[in-house]
Amino acid sequence: MSELVEKSIHAKFSLKYQGSDIKPFSLDVSVKLPAQGVTAIFGASGCGKTSLLRCMTGLEKVSSGHFKIADLTWQDESYFEPVHKRQQGVVFQEASLFEHLTVQGNLDYASKRASNISQSTTYIEYQQVLSLLGIEHLLAQYPSSLSGGEKQRVAIARALLRQPRILFMDEPLSALDYKRKQEILPYLEGLSQVCKIPIIYITHSLEEVARLADYIVLMDEGRVVAEGELQDVLSRVDLPIPLDNDLGVVLKAQVQEKDAKWHLMLTQFSGGELWVKDNHFTIGDALRIRILAKDVSLSLTPQDSSILNSLPAEVMEVVDDIDAAMALVRLNMGDSIVISRVTRRSVDHLGLVPKLAVWAQIKSVAILP
Amino acid sequence: MWISPSDWQAIILTCKLASIVTVLLLIIATPIAWWLAKTRSVFKVPIAAMVALPLILPPTVLGFYLLVAMGPSGVLGEITQALNLGTLAFTFWGLVFASVIYSLPFAVQPIQNAIEAVGERPIEAALTLGASPIDAFFSVVLPLAKPGFITAAVLCFAHTVGEFGVILMIGGNIPGETRVVSVQIYEHVESLDYAGAHSLSAVMIAFSFCVLFLLYFFKPKQGMFAGGGKLK
Repeated sequence: MSELVEKSIHAKFSLKYQGSDIKPFSLDVSVKLPAQGVTAIFGASGCGKTSLLRCMTGLEKVSSGHFKIADLTWQDESYFEPVHKRQQGVVFQEASLFEHLTVQGNLDYASKRASNISQSTTYIEYQQVLSLLGIEHLLAQYPSSLSGGEKQRVAIARALLRQPRILFMDEPLSALDYKRKQEILPYLEGLSQVCKIPIIYITHSLEEVARLADYIVLMDEGRVVAEGELQDVLSRVDLPIPLDNDLGVVLKAQVQEKDAKWHLMLTQFSGGELWVKDNHFTIGDALRIRILAKDVSLSLTPQDSSILNSLPAEVMEVVDDIDAAMALVRLNMGDSIVISRVTRRSVDHLGLVPKLAVWAQIKSVAILP
Repeated sequence: MWISPSDWQAIILTCKLASIVTVLLLIIATPIAWWLAKTRSVFKVPIAAMVALPLILPPTVLGFYLLVAMGPSGVLGEITQALNLGTLAFTFWGLVFASVIYSLPFAVQPIQNAIEAVGERPIEAALTLGASPIDAFFSVVLPLAKPGFITAAVLCFAHTVGEFGVILMIGGNIPGETRVVSVQIYEHVESLDYAGAHSLSAVMIAFSFCVLFLLYFFKPKQGMFAGGGKLK
């Protein structure tokens, strides 16, 4: 996503819970979000991200709130658009399908009530939704006979048939096991490419963020602590939330060359080239790669080792990690930034200072199609 | 076994009473059950206790106070007289009123449990799909809570049929007006017509068995007062 995308979604909410039975909680958020692509709202459980979603969708009615999408005002000081009149799609953590209706009945529930919505640029056809989520063969079944992943795909389809101007997803994968997650992620990726509407995606999984998001909002204790383009935010070493072993950058790359003999492929990103495992891509395919800070080690000279990828880089800055033994080194590779998490002893031993030329050994690269 | 014309009259009157009471109760109990299921008000507990009162109160106590209230100088009596309806005591509509009060918990509790079991999420999902709150109630809550409504209807009907104390207190024993089956059996026994009492009692036993059979048939896995739809 380019920097030019208009940030026309404006959300501003503040609320306080104070009760004897629950621990006090406050939400105080004011953000402007891009009007297209996937915006991930990321944070640990209890950070207020679901409360924020409930405020934005109007399911939680807060007296002091603002919510606008471009020319639509859904909430301000004097006005509150009732939930059922908002042209929005909401996908909950549990699929929340209507058990008394078939899949077809669930989908029709949405499309019938959206039939008065005129065909605008964001209009999405019934058949298109079915094939996008791969649920054509499930129409006659009842929700109770579907797997968790299938239920969630039907729920997403149902939300899209509402003809929403914005799609909210509240941890749609967190109730699924690893296998189901892997099964459903490709559909979500397809969704973000086909849909012209903004998607607000709540999650506590950095993997999902890395795969799906274009823009990220980091939340902690009811506040936004960082926000920006995914690549920019994930390449910061001063994030207020310690990501520990999950800290890592996401880079956009393209398949350059395939090596059939060793089942590898060469991908190019703006800072150089990386050999990665061939996951049945074709030359020219665009993909995202994620390099975790803990998987990048540093040396002053190129090393002959089992590590496939060794790239020249320049140290930009060295900061202390939360962990007293570790430091974070921000590296410049061409136009890209990569973070390395090494021991402070190594920093001292190698004499790592800004502008120093080093070799970055990248032990592992995750491919996010 | 022989059922006399006066027995038939009592059976028809009982069915009429129970049907009217059941319909009225489903209409009256649904909003009360909804409120009890959804509210966080401090009045929830006292109201719930009030609704449940007829479950433990001796029917004679309830009947006595209703009789006083319906009398010419009672609260209800004054209202009905002001509306030119006379007094309700010893009339069919007096029985209807008393039965509605007496069977209220049998309608409210199953419906309330069913609505609670449906939960907030299907309603929220319906709202986000463009259904108004009323639309969501009829298109989502009602179908999902259907077993609760069926239980409520069957229980109300059966409970009204089985009423005796309240009816005797406020309705007396007027053939065709307030003499329902239970009172008719009592009447047979009083006049030592044991054969008549036997045949009507047998009808009641058969009826009660059918009701319980229906109840368990519709809800094989749950107790009588358990709720309805579940969301998976």
